[in-house]
Amino acid sequence: MPHIAIHQDKITDIEALVGICPFGAIEIVDGRLEISAGCRICRLCIKRGNGVFELVEEPIATVDKSAWRGVAVIAEVEDGAVHPVTFELIGKAKELAAKVKQPVYALLIGSGVEPLAPLLTEYGADIVHVYDKEDFRYFRIEPYTAAAEDFIRKVRPSAILVGGTPAGRSLAPRLAARFRTGLTADCTKLDMAETTDLDQIRPAYGGNIMAHINTPRHRPQFATVRYKIFSIPPRRPNPAARIVRAELPPAKLVSGIEILHAELKERVRGIEDAEVIVAAGRGVRKPEDLTMLQELADLLDGRLASTRALVEAGWMDARCQIGLSGRTVKPKLIITCGVSGAIQFVAGMNGAEKIVAINSDPEAPIFNVAHIGIRGDLYKIVPKLIAEIKRVRKED
Amino acid sequence: MRITVCIKQVPGTSQVEIDPVTGVLKRDGVESKMNPFDLYALETALQMKHQYGGEITVVSMGPPQAQAVIREAFMMGADRGFLLSDRRFGGADVLATSYTLAQGIRAAGEFDLVICGKQTTDGDTAQVGAELAETLGIPHVTNVCRIHDADADTVTITQDMPLHRLTAKIALPCLITVEKGIFEPRLPSYKLMRATSDREIKILTLDDLADRDAKHYGLNGSPTQVKRIFPPEKSDRQERWDGSETESAERLFRFLDDHKFLQKLG
Repeated sequence: MPHIAIHQDKITDIEALVGICPFGAIEIVDGRLEISAGCRICRLCIKRGNGVFELVEEPIATVDKSAWRGVAVIAEVEDGAVHPVTFELIGKAKELAAKVKQPVYALLIGSGVEPLAPLLTEYGADIVHVYDKEDFRYFRIEPYTAAAEDFIRKVRPSAILVGGTPAGRSLAPRLAARFRTGLTADCTKLDMAETTDLDQIRPAYGGNIMAHINTPRHRPQFATVRYKIFSIPPRRPNPAARIVRAELPPAKLVSGIEILHAELKERVRGIEDAEVIVAAGRGVRKPEDLTMLQELADLLDGRLASTRALVEAGWMDARCQIGLSGRTVKPKLIITCGVSGAIQFVAGMNGAEKIVAINSDPEAPIFNVAHIGIRGDLYKIVPKLIAEIKRVRKED
Repeated sequence: MRITVCIKQVPGTSQVEIDPVTGVLKRDGVESKMNPFDLYALETALQMKHQYGGEITVVSMGPPQAQAVIREAFMMGADRGFLLSDRRFGGADVLATSYTLAQGIRAAGEFDLVICGKQTTDGDTAQVGAELAETLGIPHVTNVCRIHDADADTVTITQDMPLHRLTAKIALPCLITVEKGIFEPRLPSYKLMRATSDREIKILTLDDLADRDAKHYGLNGSPTQVKRIFPPEKSDRQERWDGSETESAERLFRFLDDHKFLQKLG
């Protein structure tokens, strides 16, 4: 059992050592240092504790990594069309697999989906495994997990990338638990080492921190990635690719979930598809002032979006929220107005090609990611900008 | 209906920063609270208990201080509370966390329905619910936005997916994760606070669980490892405009024009 041992004899300043732990897990009990259940083994105390703390580890068995080869992508099909996050992931899988000279697999599960398989090869999949059956018409967890499990046992891919969609975020953890292996959610960067260890980077602790995460002893390695984090690769014919049809025995298709009714939702043009976004933050003083930002968005043929705070205040619809608990956007231009730039927000928009930030606080973290950081009052800048655009349009 | 709700204590603010010089997390003066998404899970359980009768058990995992969120759940109407708390659970990733919770839920007794919030505000992964269901060997449905009906063997819900709203009947026992806004969470009641102030919170350590193999818990039971943490990188090409607002508005207009964002479409 790895644990943190305390060398009580090396302690010089006991109070200072208590302060090292960001989780408050270092306590003084009867004059001695102890570590409580709050410990997350973040190892900061080892780094900063002048030798008082030591991580005691025991050797743990590691899987035979050479028996797991290739990078697989679980395709997502929505209403007969492949979700574009699938293409983005195939593009990334291709990059990762090229580093270790291994194949790219795609797993396609659904009803009537087989005609979509060639499309996956055109974006870079070398081998597509298709489970096409009426039972897969709607996403139900047990049959989908069974199909993916069957695929994984046959193919044994080293890494499996899954879209961070509601279905992907349901299926990936289910599979990771079934294979008793690691899963890293919402990765924003992926790389692959020669050992086929997947280097996964994601925002962590809900704060302004990035974590580099590995799954060093287990296979397969699961990662989910949200839509628009990576780019869609060029599409080209791939005559060398193979398509494999697979079947599951009926017993594997049994589900405790019976779909009684499926209602197609009203299609709202999402902020994900917008090329220009004006994003409102807490610097907006009252809901009526959003009209001004909406006008700017309209003039730029863009969409108005916001931070979590404005959605929670009821000023904006949740579908317009950018960030980790909202949508990820990748527009050509985003103009943030009065947005401080918490990491949860930034993680949802830092893929934008051009980031313009307007904020009166010169220390606002949004300026760390903005290409153009404008220090100033949005209530002075935006109306002037709107007036100028209108003036020029009128002249035309 | 016997309902188990998973709750977690999270930092009261999401503004956790890392010191770029020392690489140390700055969490000074950070208060703790119940994960806001769990309030919806608990309220769903309370509404279902009101409708169909039964008992609500809350299960949490964390340091001894996390008893505070179980007390809060009592004040909202939960009947029993269990806290998984043991140094040997420390450093748990999603797999080890869901495994520990599954062991704790089993140790707490029989259940028909497990309800989890959509995600936590500190981990933000939204994965524990699904891994927990797999570990418990029961079906799960995420993104539940409505409860229609329940009987001894099933619960009927609506699931909010990107393109569809799916209404489904799920066989019990099962696990659901609920959307924010499924019900409006009630406030803790003063009356219940007084009535439950001496109610026992059962602390579960590794020794209280069916599987006592320490290799399945904490850091040891966690396939993922955090190799390092670091502050987010700054973007490379950066300009700062600190001039007057009028000047900046004009510059921004020229920038938009230069980059063809002002071309009138359609």
